[in-house]
Amino acid sequence: MSSFWSGWIILLTVANIIGAVWLLWWTSRMTAEEKATETTGHVWDGDLKEYNNPLPRWWLWLFYLTVGFSIIYLVLFPGLGNFQGVLGWSQTGQYEAERERMDERQQAFFSRFAEMDLAQLAADPDAMSAAANIFGNRCAMCHGSDARGAPGFPNLRDDAWLWGRDPTAVLASIRDGRTGVMPPMVDSLGGEQGVAQMVEYVRSLAGLEHDAAAAAAAAPLFPVCGACHGMDGTGMTALGAPDLTDSAWLYGADRAAIAATITRGRENNMPGQLPVLGELQSRLMAAYVLRISGQLGD
Amino acid sequence: MTTATAYNDKVVRQFTIMTIVWGVVGMLVGVIIAAQLLWPALNFDIPWLSYGRLRPLHTNAVIFAFGGCALFATSYYVVQRTCHARLFGGGLAAFTFWGWQVVIVLAAITLPLGLTQGKEYAELIWPIDLLITAVWVAYAIVFFGTIAIRKVKHIYVANWFFAAFILTVAVLHIVNSLALPTSMLHSYPVYSGVVDAMVQWWYGHNAVGFFLTAGFLGMMYYFVPKQAGRPIYSYRLSVVHFWALISLYMWAGPHHLHYTTLPDWAQTLGMVFSLMLLAPSWGGMINGIMTLSGAWHKLRTDPILKFLIVSLSFYGMSTFEGPMMSIKTVNALSHYTDWTIGHVHSGALGWVAMISIGSVYMLVPRLFGKEQMYSIKLIDVHFWVSTIGVVLYIASMWMAGVMQGLMWRAVNEDGTLTYTFIESIARSYPFYGVRLLGGALFLGGMLIMCVNVWRTIRGAKAAEEPVMAPAH
Repeated sequence: MSSFWSGWIILLTVANIIGAVWLLWWTSRMTAEEKATETTGHVWDGDLKEYNNPLPRWWLWLFYLTVGFSIIYLVLFPGLGNFQGVLGWSQTGQYEAERERMDERQQAFFSRFAEMDLAQLAADPDAMSAAANIFGNRCAMCHGSDARGAPGFPNLRDDAWLWGRDPTAVLASIRDGRTGVMPPMVDSLGGEQGVAQMVEYVRSLAGLEHDAAAAAAAAPLFPVCGACHGMDGTGMTALGAPDLTDSAWLYGADRAAIAATITRGRENNMPGQLPVLGELQSRLMAAYVLRISGQLGD
Repeated sequence: MTTATAYNDKVVRQFTIMTIVWGVVGMLVGVIIAAQLLWPALNFDIPWLSYGRLRPLHTNAVIFAFGGCALFATSYYVVQRTCHARLFGGGLAAFTFWGWQVVIVLAAITLPLGLTQGKEYAELIWPIDLLITAVWVAYAIVFFGTIAIRKVKHIYVANWFFAAFILTVAVLHIVNSLALPTSMLHSYPVYSGVVDAMVQWWYGHNAVGFFLTAGFLGMMYYFVPKQAGRPIYSYRLSVVHFWALISLYMWAGPHHLHYTTLPDWAQTLGMVFSLMLLAPSWGGMINGIMTLSGAWHKLRTDPILKFLIVSLSFYGMSTFEGPMMSIKTVNALSHYTDWTIGHVHSGALGWVAMISIGSVYMLVPRLFGKEQMYSIKLIDVHFWVSTIGVVLYIASMWMAGVMQGLMWRAVNEDGTLTYTFIESIARSYPFYGVRLLGGALFLGGMLIMCVNVWRTIRGAKAAEEPVMAPAH
């Protein structure tokens, strides 16, 4: 801020405070003659009159007290334009100091886990209770507080793994995130009827109730799907393409949901957590996910 | 009797009746959204009934429709009586009534449709803003014109406050609503980023300071001494608290933006000026309550006086709470919690609504040529129902707010938050239930008032009151 505006702010602030104090001082003086008067002598609307009682002392001192506090505060803290206050306080400084304290506390807490591998982490009660806290803070909004997912957000407690079940893959999903894309297939399948038939075929793969004739009609077209999902429909973890033969359905197994997926495609994103959690906590979360899905721990 | 020798009370009667009508409507919407917070299904999946659209409808209805009509009614009544003159400007007063009602109806249509500027308490879209400006200029002409033709030399203290309220609200509304229209229904504000936020809260807090405080202090300065039959306690206290109040309030807005991108110096000024506002605010409370000295016994028998004096107590309480919440350390806990909602309602229900209700109970018999209200007993019932309602409301929001603030800041040893946000909501549910009960009681009180007013004015002939000659 330029020194002109800084001076302007200081001027207005000081003038207003001095004005208030002057007004207070001026109205708190009272001559003997004024004291003797019953009312001010003005009358409105027949019976509206005013006494001119002195200002209550306690109120007067309350006012002076708040003014005094404010003046001291403006000397100590930034308020008067560019003047930063003698304490050197700023909200950025306060934030950084609190942040530093928190970081130190966290470091002290997490350092004991630094040398552990995923299996050891999954077996450590302290590590897992911290991981459960982190899950509630960072993961539950999509995967649910019970980690059982929601439409579009994978269930972490089942045995279906879009990107593979081995610990490296799970850690990579958490650390760096994943983007899964299923392109719209309606044109490749020759329109709505083709989609409807493919829905029956997909349901047949999972062993769900289906129209056998329609499924048979769609079978010759499945290779366009098989490019990602595999010719047998068991999926491809390198692409995050789901296994169509299992019982896990990211967007639901009803005909409308499958048809919507095939017709319009899907795009799904898991954000990488490394920038927020760092390496150690990412590993902690990988251990946690492996534990709650039954792969690690007891 | 020619019109020049009688007070223009037609417009006062109109605004008085609409005060009650909009009070019921606005508070009903408030009760509905309080219930929606408990049972979200109550929006019936209809966009027009969703919380986000009804909430601004509630705030606009209670502040500008209920509070606004009460201020128009009382300021028009008071300025005529204390200037010993008929309202200036002929048909302009009628224009302010019909214009204001059109504004309210347009608000009730556009807000549920989702048409909004997105500025709290200044949501209405720009064409309505223009109509508000026109009505407000007319209001200023009528009010200040009447002051100009007054038959007494001294301007009565109530009129200082009404004048400050009218002038400042004009400035606030125009500056905050400056926008570039992109269509009939949409516009962009001329400010951006943190400047927009600062202008908004300069407006927002002064809407509290001038619309909801100065205006209602004007009301207080006429109706309290009238009902108590006692002179105002201290003229010099009026002078000092008036000038201190209006000059210090102007700075308080930044306390809505603590710990944001607003520069530190502006936040600090917002805080210290809010602290210095404590004494000037209490000056009004003292002057009102001490006016009763020598007539305390009337509190036992006069429920209207109970409304007026209890409203001043709530005023004192919320103007203590406000400066306290503006302190950065306290604000870091209270901000974004239901404590703020509790604070607002101790002012809005306890102070604004109760002083208005007391004043309306005084106005109705006078305006309709009756000795007194149909039932004094019902006024007493109304008083107790609404007092209990306010206490339940603000106590539940205090508890919910402090609990939320503490839950949100609780941190585990591993650096994570102890509670998820949804846990704080789940724990707030019992308090939301108590709040709904408090709000429903307050609304119930308004319905009792409707019955009482209806029975008072049914079949009554509008009274024509001659302009009183000045005392000397």
